Amino acid sequence: MVDLNIDELIGRDILEETLKLLKNDTLNSILEVGLLKGNEKGKYFGIPFLVKDNIVVEGFKATCASKILENYSPPYTATAVKRLLNAGFSVVGKTNLDEFAMGSSNENSAFGPVKNPVDTDRIPGGSSGGSAAAVSAGYVPFALGSDTGGSVRLPASFCGVVGYKPSYGLISRYGLVAFASSLDQIGPITTNVKDAALITQIMMGKDPLDSTTVDMKMDLLTDLSKPIKEYKIAYPKFIFKYEMVENEVLEIFEKVLETIKNLGARVTEVDLEFMKYAVAVYYIIAPAEASSNLARFDGVRYGVRKEKEGLKSTYKYTRDYGFGLEVKRRIFMGNFTLSTGYYEAYYNRAMKVRRLIYEEFKELFEKYDALILPTSPVLPPKIGEIKEPLQYYLMDMFTIIANLGGLPAISIPAGEIKNLPVGIQIMGKQFDDAKVLQIANNIEFALSGGAKDE
Amino acid sequence: MSRFKTTIGLEIHVQLMTKTKMFCSCKTNVLEAEPNTNICPVCTGQPGALPVTNEEAVKLAVKAALLLNAKINEVSRFDRKNYFYPDLPKGYQITQYFYPLAVQGYIEIDGKKIRIRRIHIEEDAGKLLHEGESIEKANYALVDYNRSGIPLIEIVTEPDIESPKEARAFMEKLRNIVRYADISTGDMEKGALRCDANISVLDTETGVRSNRVEVKNMNSFKFVEKALEYERDRIISYLEKGENVPQETRGWDMNSKRTFSMRGKEEEADYRYFPEPDLLPLIITQDYIEEIKKELPELADEKAERFVREYSIPEYDAKVLSADKDIAEYFEEAAKIVGDAKFVSNWMMTELLRELKERELNIKEVKIKPVHFKELKELISQGIISTSMAKKVFVEVVETGESPSKIVERKGLKKIDDTALIEEILKRVIKENPKTVKKYKNGKTSVLGFFVGQIMKETKGKADPKLVNEIAKKLLDEV
Repeated sequence: MVDLNIDELIGRDILEETLKLLKNDTLNSILEVGLLKGNEKGKYFGIPFLVKDNIVVEGFKATCASKILENYSPPYTATAVKRLLNAGFSVVGKTNLDEFAMGSSNENSAFGPVKNPVDTDRIPGGSSGGSAAAVSAGYVPFALGSDTGGSVRLPASFCGVVGYKPSYGLISRYGLVAFASSLDQIGPITTNVKDAALITQIMMGKDPLDSTTVDMKMDLLTDLSKPIKEYKIAYPKFIFKYEMVENEVLEIFEKVLETIKNLGARVTEVDLEFMKYAVAVYYIIAPAEASSNLARFDGVRYGVRKEKEGLKSTYKYTRDYGFGLEVKRRIFMGNFTLSTGYYEAYYNRAMKVRRLIYEEFKELFEKYDALILPTSPVLPPKIGEIKEPLQYYLMDMFTIIANLGGLPAISIPAGEIKNLPVGIQIMGKQFDDAKVLQIANNIEFALSGGAKDE
Repeated sequence: MSRFKTTIGLEIHVQLMTKTKMFCSCKTNVLEAEPNTNICPVCTGQPGALPVTNEEAVKLAVKAALLLNAKINEVSRFDRKNYFYPDLPKGYQITQYFYPLAVQGYIEIDGKKIRIRRIHIEEDAGKLLHEGESIEKANYALVDYNRSGIPLIEIVTEPDIESPKEARAFMEKLRNIVRYADISTGDMEKGALRCDANISVLDTETGVRSNRVEVKNMNSFKFVEKALEYERDRIISYLEKGENVPQETRGWDMNSKRTFSMRGKEEEADYRYFPEPDLLPLIITQDYIEEIKKELPELADEKAERFVREYSIPEYDAKVLSADKDIAEYFEEAAKIVGDAKFVSNWMMTELLRELKERELNIKEVKIKPVHFKELKELISQGIISTSMAKKVFVEVVETGESPSKIVERKGLKKIDDTALIEEILKRVIKENPKTVKKYKNGKTSVLGFFVGQIMKETKGKADPKLVNEIAKKLLDEV
């Protein structure tokens, strides 16, 4: 695994050599190679980055790894990408993903699955599998992903890199093809915590084009290396309760707890009552919002259109052809839970439980500085290994809660077992991103044996 | 009391006169622009685009709610109404379903309150043109998204309206209100004001109430009345036979002047409403409302009171003249120029409004202007023409826009008050109509009008009718 660091690249122009690397990708992580140069006067000019193909960049297609958008060229660029371009960074390509960001394995792409560079028989995780694989393979120092239920953190964990999901409201979603509007966030996948903080700092901030962004000044960099002595870190009891959680994962996790104690922080087990509902709540709310967000893909204005006699038939044929199985499954689920007669029992109820989860976190973070838990309950599975949708959905059990609560959450590599990477997550109070990054940075430093330089 | 009792409820959409669309900064000049030129990623539903609420639209909506006497909800929310149609770019419309902006308002028509159930904000869809009769059978269809995203308020009335005439009156009053406060142009022909109606009829003899019929496609005030009259009569004809109309949606065809069934066009759709996650709730504070109240124009009722106070015109006249913003302006301008408000109000009430109605003109279009009133008054008070001649001149000004004094000159309409001449003509008429004279002598004094009429005819209306009356009476008494 090549370790690209933004600091070390400042002042160098590695764009051309990066393009060569991308063209030789064998992981199927790249959907389109191209060059959109950043601001030549920007501090970071010459440094490349990749963008997940569900984030629009003018000049590149935005397929969302779906047949229905296989020919779609967006007429504008996402705000988050614009801010990076302004700072000098250049876009060198779009990465593969689970179709419309729906998935945890990157096996649901219309353009083929992505391979994990650490072990090419295994999945890289999803849905930002392409971005994570590319960073892990050393193509670029960072790539943008999107995280709705863990889609930045899970692939980061499986590929042995850092994946950060900032607090909901910090980064503009204008230009991110919506999956579940109240859960989606753009997040960076990097090789180290400091770079994740830097990229987030550049992207974040109120966007008049996105009403859900907040106007908050935050400094994510200055206190990154401040020690975390006396910090109160909680970990949830439930991770030891589920059969699905592999022992190897728990092994690594307990080692990390020791590391944290050695840093002078206090570690406490907590009981989170509403956690057991998290997956159910998520899998009602996300598909519901998705079923509505994906209604615009009808072949009328853009994308693929499969014409048949009559309007209704054209709609049906287009969407039947264009959407993959997992996408269809979630649209069905969403339509069902929103339909008359079921709205109260499913969607509305799930929203209420979500509120309870949110309140429980609020209470938790009044007593503790952060929550720590594994990123994934399992080691990276082999490609094709997971067959049951429910088994698939349960892989999200540890990551989903951050999206439900709008919390900042980061996954960092915590060690390897059987040569496979295991990641752990640090989650904090909403808008406590600086603290979460600080804690993660300290742990990262300690886990590397203190060998890394600041 | 009529055997059949009609019940009507209206669902009205009003386009708000903002500079930009409801959720993006595209311009709203729908009519002047070429198709698909006022569009952007947001109002064409591009992937990744997000809505942002237009504050100006909210302001106008709050103004409307205040003018409609509604109770404004401090917290209201946007929701998504999901369905597929080519003019709906996102596959859903952003509207307010669960918690609308305002509830429980009313409009007064002739002392009767027509209650308004709710007022809410939503976005308009694009314009769809398909060749042939239905989009399902068309060979092609064209969509223009200039209109997609234009701010609308939807007003739903309670079923308090009891006749097609009342429905029309309601729409016309609503139009006046929204024009008054510059909320909307209220132009039905241009689609800035649209209404659908629900109508049912109760047979008071049998106690049977007809099914409810929805009527759409009425794009003028006249058609609102005509369509509902047609539909009411159609329903009654069923009830009279002991039958019932099917519950359905019908469209008004202005060419054949009938309604036709639109069954199948709108199947029972499940709109799967849920809260719009991309927008924050609307919070309308009491302070905000107070600020908006300051910006409201003088309302019609206040204006009527002021007219009575300031201009000493009758209350009835004041009410009529203040009802329409443009007419009120015209009145005040004329009153100022002429210096005699009573004169102006009389002439407007009796002559001008009639002309406007008969010629289907609006006050801004009519060729007679406030300054002409001044001339007319002067011509009368100087004795140059009689009042009845002035009425004829008035009509001529409306027709040509020529100034009254020029018309009088050109046509030689000066008043004849030459007593000798009048007497001469009268004596001749009396001689030629002995039978009528006899009637007069026998007590039928109303035939005086015949003699006066003859003189007026002979003098082409120029004789002073009062003088003619006097002289005729004198001469007839002498006979």
